[in-house]
Amino acid sequence: MWRFIIPIGLFAALVTFLFVGLGRDKETLASPLIGKPAPQFELPRVDDPSQTISNREFAGRPYVVNIWGSWCFACRDEHAVLMQIARRGEVPLVGLNWKDELPLAQQWLQQLGNPYVATAFDPKGDVGIDYGAYGAPETYLVDAQGIIVYKYVSPVTIDVWEREFLPRIKQAGAKGE
Amino acid sequence: MAAELGHFALILAFCLALPQAFFGLVGAATRRPHWMALTTRAVAGQFVFTAFAFAALAYCFFRNDFSVLYVAQNSNSELPTFYRFAAVWGAHEGSLLLWLLVQSIWTVAVAAFSRNMPNTMTSRVLGVLGLVSAGFALFILTTSNPFERMWPAAQDGRDLNPLLQDPALAIHPPMLYTGYVGMSVPFAFAVAAMLEGKLDSLWARWVRPWTTVAWMFLTVGIALGSWWAYYELGWGGWWFWDPVENASFMPWLIGTALIHSLAVTEKRGLFKSWTLLLSIMAFSLSLLGTFLVRSGVVESVHAFASDPARGLFILAFLVVTIGGALCLYAWRAPRFKSNAGFAPISRESFLLMNNVLLVVAMTVILGGTLYPIFLDAFDLRAVSVGPPYFATMFLVPMLPLAFLLAPGMHAAWKRASFERTKVLLAVLLVAALALGIAIPAWFYGWRSILSAIGIIVALWVAFASLIEPVERLRKGHSLSAGVLGMSVAHFGLAMFILGATTVESYKQEKDLSLRPGQSTEVAGFTFTMNSLRNVAGPNYHAVESEVTITRNGRELAKLQPQKRVYRVQRNPMTEAGIDAGWNRDLFVAMGEDLGDGSWSLRLQYKPMVRFVWLGAVIIALGGLIAICDRRYRQRVGAEATSPAQAGTSAA
Repeated sequence: MWRFIIPIGLFAALVTFLFVGLGRDKETLASPLIGKPAPQFELPRVDDPSQTISNREFAGRPYVVNIWGSWCFACRDEHAVLMQIARRGEVPLVGLNWKDELPLAQQWLQQLGNPYVATAFDPKGDVGIDYGAYGAPETYLVDAQGIIVYKYVSPVTIDVWEREFLPRIKQAGAKGE
Repeated sequence: MAAELGHFALILAFCLALPQAFFGLVGAATRRPHWMALTTRAVAGQFVFTAFAFAALAYCFFRNDFSVLYVAQNSNSELPTFYRFAAVWGAHEGSLLLWLLVQSIWTVAVAAFSRNMPNTMTSRVLGVLGLVSAGFALFILTTSNPFERMWPAAQDGRDLNPLLQDPALAIHPPMLYTGYVGMSVPFAFAVAAMLEGKLDSLWARWVRPWTTVAWMFLTVGIALGSWWAYYELGWGGWWFWDPVENASFMPWLIGTALIHSLAVTEKRGLFKSWTLLLSIMAFSLSLLGTFLVRSGVVESVHAFASDPARGLFILAFLVVTIGGALCLYAWRAPRFKSNAGFAPISRESFLLMNNVLLVVAMTVILGGTLYPIFLDAFDLRAVSVGPPYFATMFLVPMLPLAFLLAPGMHAAWKRASFERTKVLLAVLLVAALALGIAIPAWFYGWRSILSAIGIIVALWVAFASLIEPVERLRKGHSLSAGVLGMSVAHFGLAMFILGATTVESYKQEKDLSLRPGQSTEVAGFTFTMNSLRNVAGPNYHAVESEVTITRNGRELAKLQPQKRVYRVQRNPMTEAGIDAGWNRDLFVAMGEDLGDGSWSLRLQYKPMVRFVWLGAVIIALGGLIAICDRRYRQRVGAEATSPAQAGTSAA
């Protein structure tokens, strides 16, 4: 009666996967790219698609890449926090508008405010995939040498910003000088 | 002192769960009445000490004892008293203690209401529940102790997560946990039946009310969570396919399948091994949900307190309980054969389809929730699976499920000919087709074939679920609670489908910036922002705007949406202003201060959105009516253990 053994077989496979998944904590799961150079990109700007934006423009100082989309509910929550962070001016925020539609993204920035120094438009999501993004929002800290030093999945809060990002930004900036 | 007493009581509760398991299982296996009698004592003692531990933690919150780490992390001297109590389950440690308390309440209930069951059966069920309690108590004691002290004590607490400072969310976890934990009862019955080697329609009759009650709580809990997300997260959506939501929805789907499969096992003595498997699955999905939320394996918007050590414990616990149960299943299930047959068109077939489709739906959600882990395990690049995947894939099993429901309700057992009902069902389908196309087109305009299908199927199910109650009332026949409950629950489902389809097809949203005095129009309603002012709450401050909604010059509502910043955790929170009506909600949420005296606002028109939650409540109400059926209260007497006589309805 093989069919009565199928459930335990499926269960064993599931447990194996969960066990493997467990071995990878948030940050390593976050990205195999931590400690590696941030993928280069050159994409149209959301505010003016005739211009392009490349992250080469930010080389030489730390910057933050924030992946978002107007379809992403959690991004809406995070947006208010990003606005606060942008006002503090500790580090430039580069937006990566992911798998979105241009009018929606433009409308978002006009209506909710724009915390980014520039936002790149990535409708097919290729650049997001280069960064190993699982979803939105995700936030990457890149240091002055262009190395990804930290990744945070899910909406950034002020708490997380002060606890995880700020100390690393100080370090990343110090190394660059 | 209270914390130490609570900790000690928790250890005692764990110590009592072990003899509960031992005497329950071994006592029944060796047929020692004295041992079996000890089981109920252990159950009572375990309940008393768990309740004491819970009360002790609540007392620490009430007295603002910030030398207790968990209190310091989740409360604050400014927190209103009601939320100080709700903060007990505001984070991981306390919610596990609540889980354990709910588990012991279920166990006491099973012990109290099992007088019509043989002693060995009761004893085994309590024994299995004792194992589950022991596992959870050990989990709390080793990885998540809520009574841990910190020294020196904190000056003040870090406050309860502002998202949780809301009445609906205060009662949402207890409801949901009652449902989750309740699924351990059919699980325990399934394991007991496999150990006993006997499964008959009487067994199904014992399990049915427990399963239904657990499923009712799960239904209400999920609906509350959805309602909360709707008005508190400020996005105006009611379901996000978030891992935490999926974790509660999967056991619900399997619980629904189990309820239907149990009906077949009770009435016809069929689907025995399938019922056992569903009982095991429902509880394993409850545990899996806990695992996913607590271990940090899957990222989620509302995941709180995730820790790999905890994940490892739950995984080990899953292996022991579910792995053990499935091994027992592989060994014992082949002996549960049914001799009865049924025709390809019969109520049995319809219920089989129901089960298959619900399991497919659960698999779709499980796959979507776990895909990041699978891809990661193979070191593949991630492919985004978001709400569009779920929304599309979920419809694949759900549409046929809804369409089969109307004839399924009226199919006879063994062989269905639909002689009496086929004309009526066809007439109702034509009526649903006509109304389903005409009404939305008249009120909202044509949208798409899919939304028309949704409304048509909702109307057909609603009509079909009324056939039987109306017919019996008209002829003056009595209507059993079981049949009435089924009709009510299916009617609730129809309301849900109607609400979900309408709101998703015809909602209107507008994001824009307004300053006081300006107005705009959404869906024929004029929204005017009158004023902005600062408001101080007990533990937050807020900016409140007053928005007046008018239609054709007549004022309909004055809303006061707020943007709050909680003083301790400093997160911005959106308190939406909602004008609720039975057929539409008008929703105003504040976005961001744009600096020049204007604010960004999100305005929404949500037709029929109330039907989503109202439908869920009526589904649960159907369950409540069904468990009042007289036959669940009858003692075992003259009635044989062979399958009961078939066919009550439509036969």
